[in-house]
Amino acid sequence: MSDWTTLKLQLAERGYIASSDLAMALHISLKLGRPLLLEGAAGVGKTEVARTLAAALDTKLIRLQCYEGLDAGHAIYEWNYQRQLLAIRAAAEDGKTGKAVEERIFSEEFLLERPLLQAIRQDKSPVLLIDEIDRADQEFEAYLMEVLSDFQISVPELGTLTAKSRPYVILTSNGTRDLSDALRRRCIYAYVEYPDRATELAILAARCPDIDGKLAAQIVGFVQALRKEELEKTPGVAEMLDFAAALTGLGINDLNENLQILRATLVTLLKTQSDRANIPIEVAQRLAGKAA
Amino acid sequence: MTKVTRFSGRDPGASARILGFVAHLREHGFALGVSETQTAVEALTHIKAVDMTEVFLALKSVCAACEDDAKRFQMLFDAYWRNEGRIRSKVVKSPNNNVAKHTRTNQEDTGQQSAGTGEIDSPDTGQGDAESDGEGRLVASGVQNMMKKDMRELVSPQDIQDAALVARRMADAMRDRRSRRRIAARKGAQLDFRKVVRQSLSTGGEPIRLPRRRRPERPVQITALCDVSGSMTVYSRVFLSFLAGLIRTDSTADAYLFHTRLARITGALRDDDPLRALNRLTLLADGFGGGSKIGTNLDLFARTYARRFVSGRSVVIILSDGYDTDPPAALAQALKDIKKRGCKIIWLNPLKGWKDYAPVAAGMAAALPYLDMFAAANTLESLAKLEGELAWV
Repeated sequence: MSDWTTLKLQLAERGYIASSDLAMALHISLKLGRPLLLEGAAGVGKTEVARTLAAALDTKLIRLQCYEGLDAGHAIYEWNYQRQLLAIRAAAEDGKTGKAVEERIFSEEFLLERPLLQAIRQDKSPVLLIDEIDRADQEFEAYLMEVLSDFQISVPELGTLTAKSRPYVILTSNGTRDLSDALRRRCIYAYVEYPDRATELAILAARCPDIDGKLAAQIVGFVQALRKEELEKTPGVAEMLDFAAALTGLGINDLNENLQILRATLVTLLKTQSDRANIPIEVAQRLAGKAA
Repeated sequence: MTKVTRFSGRDPGASARILGFVAHLREHGFALGVSETQTAVEALTHIKAVDMTEVFLALKSVCAACEDDAKRFQMLFDAYWRNEGRIRSKVVKSPNNNVAKHTRTNQEDTGQQSAGTGEIDSPDTGQGDAESDGEGRLVASGVQNMMKKDMRELVSPQDIQDAALVARRMADAMRDRRSRRRIAARKGAQLDFRKVVRQSLSTGGEPIRLPRRRRPERPVQITALCDVSGSMTVYSRVFLSFLAGLIRTDSTADAYLFHTRLARITGALRDDDPLRALNRLTLLADGFGGGSKIGTNLDLFARTYARRFVSGRSVVIILSDGYDTDPPAALAQALKDIKKRGCKIIWLNPLKGWKDYAPVAAGMAAALPYLDMFAAANTLESLAKLEGELAWV
């Protein structure tokens, strides 16, 4: 058995069923020490990959959620200004000023580590998840490239901090904007699609082992049929699991058994008013009938 | 036929084949450099290089860099590594290749297009056949123009330069003042603690000077949709140069053309050479000057591109006269959907500049409730004048 299939199995043991594409990309990125860029629609399980990988490698997961206006202070490090000010005052009371005080307040004691700095200062390589990189500004993306290629961060007051261990980096993107070619070129790439029927059944079986085989097939069939409908928000894997949990929680064994309950549990799948209007109970029934 | 390609005995080895494969991908539009070749070879050392599936998956993860690449990879891989793609079909010279030598279109002339002239500006009754009522009014038509129009005949580089200036000023006028970032400034709402601490060192911890930070002014993201249907042909020159100018000045701007179909033209316009950009546009704008389906196209836009590229920081500019063959309700619904994304919508109508203009076209009337601004624009000057009014957007 080769390394990448072992990795695939390791992920599967922890409830993540990866496609061959994804498992191989992950394997290559781990072996070459390159960041892995995952793209795909919301809800296909991009973030979950990082979480499961961290569990499989038995290491820490450090997550940086990107948003518009994210800057170095929030992503890399910040000084603890309040404590610094207090320290200066305390030093002044003791009659100390000048170089000694400066050296003290710009030491590690007052440094607040943010995810990126934290990631390179772990003893054991952590998994660094940079989530939704497409939400961050272009300037930040450019800065990130520098960090990801050298794994070192320079803090003017302290000098350059080099990585103790190289983190395994996973970036995710929903395609809110076009990422730069430069970033794409530095990464190993995988496009994550909605799982096919067999994979999704395996995911369901891995996450809810007690579920009845017939109901599982119905649930997966129903969700897969629903994804083909014209919806504003296509239900992802997490929604499918919620749906399954709701149905089992209500003690349902057959999707067509009780219309009222099917209607009620649709809230786990349809997340906007217009989607709910688009899938009236008759349509849901038809989809469920097809799924059975 | 899935046999592995046999390379000739003179073939220098595996790394050379990978080199060849990367070059093959590059020819098909993949952005790959020398380092990717190196990565690809390196990647193969971590898998079973004799297993075709593993090689495929590994090379895919290294060489593909976007969704489009990933989807095309299988085909290109087969073409190089498996026998089927290696067969080159012999080009046989066509006996009647003297036909259509001087045209830029690859459509065959069936004679039907010329039969339709004179009726193109008549109202479409929805029955399929347009009838002439001789009133000479401007109306929308549902006819698809199959002729390709060469954009270079419409727009000159000088026009683009002028338009770029206008576009830059318009983009500057529209600034987003909401941001979570702060930059150093003389006056500002927030104290810059980093600097306060630094500077108070010299005064024994007494913060005497209080450096401040403020929110940066950031340009909004502009998305422009230009109607290039028959009734808009006379204004196309201005609007196309405006779009070209906009895209060239603003790296975040996004542009689309629509007539009976919708085409994203941002990539084409971003070409370094303005003339080549227009040339690429010509290929995209197949159907230029035909009918106008505003409702359908805006709906398509709302469901596809808008989901990715339009956000609360966007301003969607629609350049159209509002003559639509689709039902007005479709247009209203599409605008409502776009609006849901939190953006502003500006509609620039060349006809509004006319004296006594009223938005009587049913489509235009239906659109009005969803617009943040409805203004006239038919020349570059009128676009430039909008600068002042856009400040509030």
